[in-house]
Amino acid sequence: MSEELKSQAAAPQAAAKPAAPRAAVAKPAAPAKPAVNELKPTVVEPAALRAELVRLHDKEGMDFLLNLTGEDWMEEGLGVVYQLENTTNGKQACVKSVCPDRENPMLPSACDLWDIAHTYEREVYDFYGIIFTNHPDMRRLFMREDWVGYPFRKDDATEENNPLRMTNEPLSDFTTEYSLHEDGTVEKVQHRVWDKDDYVVNIGPQHPSTHGVLHFRVALEGERIRKIDPHLGYIHRGVEKISEQMTYPQTLALTDRLDYLGAMQNRHALCMCIEQAMGVEVSDRVQVIRTIMDELQRIDSHILFFSCLCQDLGATTAFLYGFRDREKILDIFEETCGGRLILNYNTIGGVMADIHPNFVKRVKEFIPYMRKNIQEYHDIFTGNVIFQNRSKGVGVLTKEQVISFGCTGGTGRASGWHNDLRKLRPYAAYDRVQFNEVVRTEGDSFARYMIRLDEILESLNIIEQLIDNIPEGNFQEKMKPIIKLPVGTFYSEVEGSRGRFGVLIESKGDKSPYRLHYRSTGLPLVAVMDTVCRGNMLADLITIGGTVDYVVPDVDR
Amino acid sequence: MFDFSIITTWLHDFLMGTCGFAEWGAILTESVLVALAIITLYAVFAIALIYMERKVCAFFQCRLGPMRVGKWGLLQVFSDVFKMLTKEIISMRQSDLFLHNLAPFLVVTASMVTFSCLPWNKGAHIIDFNVGVFFFLAISSIGVVGILLAGWSSNNKYSLIGAMRSGAQIISYELSIGMTMLAMICLTGSMSFSEICQDQYVNGWNIVRGHVPAVIAFLIYLVAGNAECNRGPFDLPECESELTAGYHTEYSGMHFGYYYLAEYLNLFICAGMASTIFLGGWAPLHIYGLDGFNGVMDMIPGALWFLGKTFFVVFLLMWLRWTFPRLRIDQILSLEWKYLVPFSMVNLVLMALCVAMGWHF
Repeated sequence: MSEELKSQAAAPQAAAKPAAPRAAVAKPAAPAKPAVNELKPTVVEPAALRAELVRLHDKEGMDFLLNLTGEDWMEEGLGVVYQLENTTNGKQACVKSVCPDRENPMLPSACDLWDIAHTYEREVYDFYGIIFTNHPDMRRLFMREDWVGYPFRKDDATEENNPLRMTNEPLSDFTTEYSLHEDGTVEKVQHRVWDKDDYVVNIGPQHPSTHGVLHFRVALEGERIRKIDPHLGYIHRGVEKISEQMTYPQTLALTDRLDYLGAMQNRHALCMCIEQAMGVEVSDRVQVIRTIMDELQRIDSHILFFSCLCQDLGATTAFLYGFRDREKILDIFEETCGGRLILNYNTIGGVMADIHPNFVKRVKEFIPYMRKNIQEYHDIFTGNVIFQNRSKGVGVLTKEQVISFGCTGGTGRASGWHNDLRKLRPYAAYDRVQFNEVVRTEGDSFARYMIRLDEILESLNIIEQLIDNIPEGNFQEKMKPIIKLPVGTFYSEVEGSRGRFGVLIESKGDKSPYRLHYRSTGLPLVAVMDTVCRGNMLADLITIGGTVDYVVPDVDR
Repeated sequence: MFDFSIITTWLHDFLMGTCGFAEWGAILTESVLVALAIITLYAVFAIALIYMERKVCAFFQCRLGPMRVGKWGLLQVFSDVFKMLTKEIISMRQSDLFLHNLAPFLVVTASMVTFSCLPWNKGAHIIDFNVGVFFFLAISSIGVVGILLAGWSSNNKYSLIGAMRSGAQIISYELSIGMTMLAMICLTGSMSFSEICQDQYVNGWNIVRGHVPAVIAFLIYLVAGNAECNRGPFDLPECESELTAGYHTEYSGMHFGYYYLAEYLNLFICAGMASTIFLGGWAPLHIYGLDGFNGVMDMIPGALWFLGKTFFVVFLLMWLRWTFPRLRIDQILSLEWKYLVPFSMVNLVLMALCVAMGWHF
């Protein structure tokens, strides 16, 4: 991989420098050296941004928009950081563009290059007020439509402008496009979301099968879905903004509340990002414990996925079978972490407490127990003819679509995209275990379902290899009382329960982050819903939503 | 075999003779008494079925079910019913109030009238005449009017979609039910429920007598009957995961309670009909040639036989419900029109052939 990077860097025409490779943390990283996870974005003028993005997309084959972070650099202006990846050879690129005009910042849209840019740009517009020209749908994504100001700007008077509103939230049927003409003038165009005679049904925000407060407006033709307009933000808490006022150890408390079924992995990502930025090396023991915990969390998440899918499809008994088994994992977590859902286990430089004396014994009991019960799941649900008819061929996503939408995790792997970070760029203890990346090619709901059940078995394999030889060592490195990161932009990611969960920290050398952005695993999954559901039946929305497997607090952040 | 008509005849004579009622007066009094008995039985069976469903479902799901209210949670359902009785009945703005309030009564009336078609014992038929099967099919269809009205009058999109689904589903599946019943009528040669039972008492249970076509008809009936009751895996109209509660989303208090009652009683009626037509109704188990055994079986009252068989079928249907996921609307309709209807038609011909050629027991 380093060979590729060198050759790319040496090439004079390569304007974009790739992101620094992230080595496994276990390897020594002395504090004097530059951090392994530092991002060195190529700065591009707004006028040249479009051409550069097109070049990267077409010439360099950067078909995956990993992350899009809006930022406010005060006097320098507002801007965005694009993180791109070539899914064929793993090369990465990072582009930054800054708009000096704070009053009327405009950047060209990239939503025709990557489908997911459509949603990411709406997010940036919502938080920073950067208008993406030629984006067909410049509505706010998370905040209310009558929100005043742009809350993530450093100079935004959020509370003065936005008293508690006692009126219902307005929901417009129009989208706005700022189309840029050849002569540089910008024209504001309005588009209808719905046709005149669309029969629009609200699925959510309070609904049994949206798995949280998520609102889909669904246009129906009889039972068939014509269009879906997701309406997000019901559980938006501004986690990223709150983190800017917190010290690094304090920010950890919020990660468990994003994707609560990936609490371990989320916090692992944030801790790893901070540790790598500081050049702290955690002990082998911590690496192994974190890996085991991540995998237990993954099993927990996949069991919940199975249960909720069964419940959504009306198989209540299978639902309770899943919950019976998930309870065992929660008990294991409770013994060591004290928590069951909100675990608060990883810390900067280690973990909160050493594993409980019973931990190894109970995990070893759990492995054969779970292997046996997976068979039971297959017996009661997988083989059921009704389930097979409802899931096979329903909601098919092609490989191109999942890459363009950035649907990582099981959803991507079900369409044949090898995106498992544990294989691509092993971190923690993943380089010392043998396991298979579960990939299928059908891309339908059944494939997405089977991927998760098979991943439970793979996770059990990983745990089995590690549980017997957890190395001795400190469970917590000695850290300074006040943790400060060096100046720079840092990005680390882990394979979360439902995809690649990334943390981007921009630091000015203070004790709190200047900008903290999470690459949500769920946002691409919600963004893809419109595409994948069109033409399917209303009941398929439930199957597809269940198998795509998003968690709303992670979407809204 | 104990004949319940002894009691009814005695009562009639008592009213006419001892009390000196006129004929019409006696019949009126009897009707009122029977109606009271039916309504009481209706409520009692609903409560028993709800308790049974909760316990059966709990045992399928590795849990205990209601355990706190009363011994083994026996009083749970009573307290639920009491709670439901005390709840406010909410009416929605811009809903059609008259139809909205009428709909649950239609559903519950249809279910009560079909309930009284069941043969409880020898001589204990409440509604019984020579085209009983027709009457049963006709009355049970009124329920769907209540469901459609509920969906239409609620002014709610979920309710409307739920009602449309329900209408399509119930009307379709009535076809298979009619067809399977027709096959059995072929065998027994009568449309009166009392005669169907009497015939099975003499000649043996229809499911044994009619062998292959009867078993096929029984299976089709179970599937179609389950769909008629709107129960899982056919509980689309009210399927929680997409339409919250389907056609009864906007109902509260006892109006919702009526739907709830009707759902469980329809389950009982569906099972009761299965046991009447296929499993002999109140006819005890007779094995040809074992007269001693048959004599012992005859000592068990017919009502017990009927209830035993009915609850056995109810258990089968609950088993289905708690195991299977839900079907999709197009799958439900294609199952009916592409598979069940043709199968039951062929089966009807097969049965007719069996009867004509005397290939049955």
